[in-house]
Amino acid sequence: MAEQKEPVKPSRPEDSRPNGEGLRVIGVPRRRVDGRAKVTGQTRFADDIFLPRMAHCKLLRSPHPHARILKIDVSRAMAHPGVYLVLTGKDLPIQYGILPVSQDEQALCVDHVRHVGDPVAAVVAREELTAFEALDLIDVDYEILPTISDPEEALATPEPRIHEYGEEGNIHKQVALEFGDVEKGFAEADEIFEDTFFYQGSTHLPIEQHASVAIKDPDGKLTIWSSTQTPHYLHRALAKVLEMPPAHIRVIATPNGGGFGGKSDPFNHEIVVAKAALLLDRPVKICLTREEVFYCHRGRHPVLMKFKTGVKKDGTITGVHLQTLIDGGAYGSYGVASTYYAGALQTTTYHIPRYRYEGCRTFTNKPPCGPKRGHGTPQPRFGQEVQLDKIAEKLRIDPAELRLRIVESPNSVTANFLRLGTVNLTECIQRVVRISDWKNKYLKLREGRGVGLACSAYLTGAGLPIYWNKMPHSGVQLRFDRGGGVSVFCGATEIGQGSDDVLAGIVAEVLGIDPFDIRLFTGDTDLGPVDLGSYSSRVTLMAGNAALQAAERGRGLLAEAVALKLEIPKERLRFADRRVFDSTAPDKGVSFAEAVCFAEARFGTIGTVGSYTPPKSPALYKGGGVGPSPTYSYSAAVVEVEVNPVTGWVHVPKVWIAHDIGRALNPTLVRGQVEGSVYMGLGEALMEEQEFRRLPKRLSHALVHKFPSMLEYKSPTSLDMPEVVTELVEDPDPRGPFGAKEVGQGPLLPIMPAVANAVYDAIGVRVDEVPITPEKILKALAEKKAGRQPRFGPAHFPTVKWPEPLRVPPPWEGGDGNAVNDVDREKRRATKEKVLAP
Amino acid sequence: MATFPIESQKTAQIRFTLNGEETDLSFAPYKTLLEVLREDLGHTGTKHGCELGECGACAVLLDGKPVLSCLVLALECNGRKVLTVEGLSGDGRLHPLQNAFADLGAAQCGYCTPGILVTAKALLDANPHPGRDQIREALSGNLCRCTGYLQIFEAVEAAMVKIAENGKVSVE
Repeated sequence: MAEQKEPVKPSRPEDSRPNGEGLRVIGVPRRRVDGRAKVTGQTRFADDIFLPRMAHCKLLRSPHPHARILKIDVSRAMAHPGVYLVLTGKDLPIQYGILPVSQDEQALCVDHVRHVGDPVAAVVAREELTAFEALDLIDVDYEILPTISDPEEALATPEPRIHEYGEEGNIHKQVALEFGDVEKGFAEADEIFEDTFFYQGSTHLPIEQHASVAIKDPDGKLTIWSSTQTPHYLHRALAKVLEMPPAHIRVIATPNGGGFGGKSDPFNHEIVVAKAALLLDRPVKICLTREEVFYCHRGRHPVLMKFKTGVKKDGTITGVHLQTLIDGGAYGSYGVASTYYAGALQTTTYHIPRYRYEGCRTFTNKPPCGPKRGHGTPQPRFGQEVQLDKIAEKLRIDPAELRLRIVESPNSVTANFLRLGTVNLTECIQRVVRISDWKNKYLKLREGRGVGLACSAYLTGAGLPIYWNKMPHSGVQLRFDRGGGVSVFCGATEIGQGSDDVLAGIVAEVLGIDPFDIRLFTGDTDLGPVDLGSYSSRVTLMAGNAALQAAERGRGLLAEAVALKLEIPKERLRFADRRVFDSTAPDKGVSFAEAVCFAEARFGTIGTVGSYTPPKSPALYKGGGVGPSPTYSYSAAVVEVEVNPVTGWVHVPKVWIAHDIGRALNPTLVRGQVEGSVYMGLGEALMEEQEFRRLPKRLSHALVHKFPSMLEYKSPTSLDMPEVVTELVEDPDPRGPFGAKEVGQGPLLPIMPAVANAVYDAIGVRVDEVPITPEKILKALAEKKAGRQPRFGPAHFPTVKWPEPLRVPPPWEGGDGNAVNDVDREKRRATKEKVLAP
Repeated sequence: MATFPIESQKTAQIRFTLNGEETDLSFAPYKTLLEVLREDLGHTGTKHGCELGECGACAVLLDGKPVLSCLVLALECNGRKVLTVEGLSGDGRLHPLQNAFADLGAAQCGYCTPGILVTAKALLDANPHPGRDQIREALSGNLCRCTGYLQIFEAVEAAMVKIAENGKVSVE
């Protein structure tokens, strides 16, 4: 029996929107275009791919956190029945990494393992279990090296070096930037606040484990399907390590079963199966176990930070000095960018006239940290927002009122030369204050119950690509079918956030067709133009603008042809309800399919392209490439907590959040992103931690992951999720498609500090670190009871030898975006151009 | 036999009902229900996130009750009824839960969705009018990292209403 056609939502009347724009798809809550596939189990994730003659791959991983590989003997594994191939580091020696400045990974370690879980060999066998068994037959001799377990130890232990590059010893990256004389700012202050915070690392925990399948195509080229958020960057890494022409490699990003940043690096297992498929000339699959996913990591960096902030009596900030000590784990990953990000966005929410940032990322013998939702910014956001709460208390100003006084202005350029777009943070704060009944709750709830408020901002797409180039960040091709179908080709990667739906929604709106009329070909490096990937909240704005441009060009061609046919000016044509018609006489018109045919008859085959390149940033100083974005989203949240003083348990009954989205393209999905962010933020605030421990001395004393399992790594369940009231502030930003800004990451950021602030309102103790566990609550309560400072948190920030800061005068001091004590940008640009042209 | 890969030793046999169809299967005896569904029967709708009974992604209904298929040996399923996400829709129509999940944003990445759908079906089969707390309780073994669960609760409630309406009218 034929499947019943699922109902197409009726179009809304033209004047149905309050602003009368007559949008029919955009802004209407609706089923996402890939919704049916997801609820029938037909979405094909990487591990759902089974191919004839497919072999299976398993990786042998280091049991030691830090060691030299003296010898690897694979002969017993090779002899094991059913084993096709064993690979070691010497088969794939070329180094790679996501950032051009951190090409420090090898697909299989050649002579040095840097964390428990670092891969040293790969077995490919007919069956998965055989490959797993054969891992035990590989003999590796290690020479154990001293383990460096945290950044303070890294600072104190320059030798042995985990990597032979970086600043010095085990310091990977140091950043020092000063925008205006911050000491002068402190001299002008009425009060100075100094606080130290610690933000524990956490991991993405996508429910889908990373998986990849590679084949050698019949014509000898390589195709790989992989759960990656960044097929374009994987494409580049494969070309480099396999020494193959990029034109002979096809990367297909399968829909990701959750990403959250954890599938944004090119991974060793992807390179290994590609190599194996080429050697064996048969499909090779790998799917990581959950334990292995914890070793891939690239999650939230643990960050120790110190905030020094000067304020006037009325709350005006006179200067901020932030220092961070960042635990990078064993590899560079996105770490250089993360180190800059940790200092970049403080200025985007509140006006900070003078700002100094010093950041230091060290290597440690743990799985590498990288980008997790909010990339580098949730940690300092936590510190800044908790400190503001302390400032408000001291100045006797309501925390909401304090923030309202200092919100940064729209379209301004910040002290560190970030150019802002629309800024509706004021509206966000006012809304959460109103809907949460803040004024009747803050300081007024009974002991044990409290509310906390915090705000945030986030990029709508990184302003610069990961490797320097002048090309667009996103491209879209459209193909128009005589039957009225439209195909969208774009490199954008669906990780659950709804990127396919964004593309379909925009194209459908412009062309007046239904989103379900559109066929999408995304995340495939052979089929679509490059989109840089699903990271930095860039897809809606960048791929969306590219789709908008391509669709408008297509509409232009169709309009011209139909206008001739109907003998009316093309400006009078309207595209809606799968028709192209005279807006003054709606009965006069043609179907969309006919319009395509008229256009094809007139112009030949109809295909259009669109692309998007972000505007140039005024931040010209070294490091100014991290932080710029076409525009920023804003969020404000109020969290209510109930703290049990006996058990220390924190219960969150309700969260109110307002998000400055610009425009919600599909409100159903936008709400999902906001609530998903609140959920993940609560996990980080209360329970999630990527924690390590030493095995007992009688064992290896190795530094191992404390709980690489989903049972022990606590994340919120359906029972832990509070009621969430979401308010969307819609003020279309001209930079976004139909005015849209990001929503995937920003709403996570205010949650952790809002929880901490609510705990203080509830029981009068400060927990200056996350996660805020019952143990920490009880310790802080004990301090309070003993008459000491009612606080749990880091006691000091260690001494770091900071480099001389680059001094960049802020715009209001006549700065032009360059550092006064560095070579000028023209010279640096010239070198970069040379690097680009191979 | 010792030199022959163990997974190729399909010495176990069962006959069971998979999504309403009588199914005969020969398989390696150590395999879990999850493994035979995905690897031997091509039913990849059922997902896995840990293979240790921690995440709930692999939930299926065994004789109408939700089980974690990664913890059930296929050998235990002889003569029994297994329902997976592939068996939820019928006669060319999506189950009301599937429609509600798709319409209301309850599936983002969609990876936990199959396990949650069958678990929710078991709940509604046993209790046609669960309250929000009962829905929370029933789904507490299914981790979702995308949605924050709220749109899932709402979709279950919407499906509950739809099923009740359908029951009254008897046909859609």
